[in-house]
Amino acid sequence: MTTPSTRQPRPHADVLRDTATLTGRILRHWRGRPVSILLGLLFPVLMVVMFGYIFGGAMAAPGGKYMDFLIPGMLAMTMLFGLESMVVSVTNDTAKGITERIRSMPITTTAVLAGRSAADILNSVVGLAIMIATGLLVGWAPNRSLLQALASVGLLLWLRFAFTWVGIYLGLLLKTPESAVAVQVLVWPVGFLSSAFVSPDTMPAWLDAIATWNPLSATATAIRELFGNPSWNAGGWANQHSIMLALAWPAVLTVIFLPLAVRQYRALAA
Amino acid sequence: MSEPAIEAIDVRKRYKDKTALDGFCLRVRTGTVCALLGPNGAGKTTAVRILTTLLRPDAGQVHVAGCDVRADPRAARHRIGLVGQNASVDEILTGRQNLIMFGKLCHLPTPAARRRADELLEQFDLTEAADRSVAGYSGGMRRRLDLAAGLILSPQVLFLDEPTTGLDPRARMDVWSTIKSIVGTGTTALLTTQYLEEADQLADQIALIDAGRVVAEGTPGELKAQVGPDRVETVVRKPTLDEVFLHLTGQPTTTQQIQEQAE
Repeated sequence: MTTPSTRQPRPHADVLRDTATLTGRILRHWRGRPVSILLGLLFPVLMVVMFGYIFGGAMAAPGGKYMDFLIPGMLAMTMLFGLESMVVSVTNDTAKGITERIRSMPITTTAVLAGRSAADILNSVVGLAIMIATGLLVGWAPNRSLLQALASVGLLLWLRFAFTWVGIYLGLLLKTPESAVAVQVLVWPVGFLSSAFVSPDTMPAWLDAIATWNPLSATATAIRELFGNPSWNAGGWANQHSIMLALAWPAVLTVIFLPLAVRQYRALAA
Repeated sequence: MSEPAIEAIDVRKRYKDKTALDGFCLRVRTGTVCALLGPNGAGKTTAVRILTTLLRPDAGQVHVAGCDVRADPRAARHRIGLVGQNASVDEILTGRQNLIMFGKLCHLPTPAARRRADELLEQFDLTEAADRSVAGYSGGMRRRLDLAAGLILSPQVLFLDEPTTGLDPRARMDVWSTIKSIVGTGTTALLTTQYLEEADQLADQIALIDAGRVVAEGTPGELKAQVGPDRVETVVRKPTLDEVFLHLTGQPTTTQQIQEQAE
């Protein structure tokens, strides 16, 4: 038996390498359970079919085809679904003892959490690609420049980045996969109380207010504008400044939930 | 005498409504195997989690492999291995992927992590299953992989938290022989168990823990002798560790009483 020796410690390089190793771990799950991951990615596609073709006929889109209104909303919605898969994944690690194993090893909090976040962002890129392809297949199209389309993708990933920290925090807080179900349920009202599916001005006034200011609405509205898709016109200031809000909301969420996630991870030792 | 591999002095830990450790003291000499033996809820797992840096104690001093685990947990993590109840492996990955990943996380260069994974798979008789997903492993195979993951850096102190809980007798014997071969090379180990036979089989020293503190300590022989002289039995025999345990934790001591209680 050889006695392996570690390299000279190089703190910064180690954090990067550990982050990459832990990101790689989550990505390897693709090969380990392709079916469940594929189903997760195809679920938003199913939603497009349901909302676009089943409800779509009865939906009035403000100033255009409903499908053109729906697809940007669904792209934002797909980012929100990342939150529940993150919570499930984090609570599973706790239940199966991986969290404990990793905590007993010389790895920094930064690497553990950054690895999670990075893997989720990479997963969401694949999810977005599938959704954009679906959109193009059902006749949706961005009508502005490539640059604006790329800016939309950037805003979507920025929103997802914020959601990864909400998800890590909730996962560490809730601990058990059973309680993660609560998040899976709560994602729906958050998603529906936005401009993702319908224009908020069709809702009762108090719901309209919530939906107008929902971070999801900010991103959905911003990318409708960037893609040149039909949008909704009510909502006043929030609607007119949607790009600014789509930049600001994820920043606010990250500033709140990133430190909470770090604190919660460290509190596992309390 | 050399510095003990594990030294815990007056360690206290309280959860919200319950005291888990109440003046826990333990000293384990380098190169020996100590079994921490006690009933459910006695504080065994809390003790291991504190010694392995997973949990901060409310009070007390803890040194493991020469590191103060409260002051410098990262240094301690380089020198310990943890196996068992709570620490586990990634079920979706293969056995080999798990060991390479944990090797890298121990900061081995990638080629060394691969070599080490091969060695451990061989040593733990998992070469054949190496490239299958852990989800399909039997309980014994999974525990052996767990053990391997705890040994990547050849730790100075190995912690085994109920390493055979939930295994069938055959798998348990397997894991025992694996543990014996590891500690045979001079690794210090702390083992927690509810199985008295396990402590008898594997340990040089036994610490009985009850209500968050060590209530008796010694070699298996010494502990048996503590109960031995006062026994009145029709058949001359030595008390088993089960009887020692029940005697010292204030429960019935004759086999008959144990049976009555079981009924």
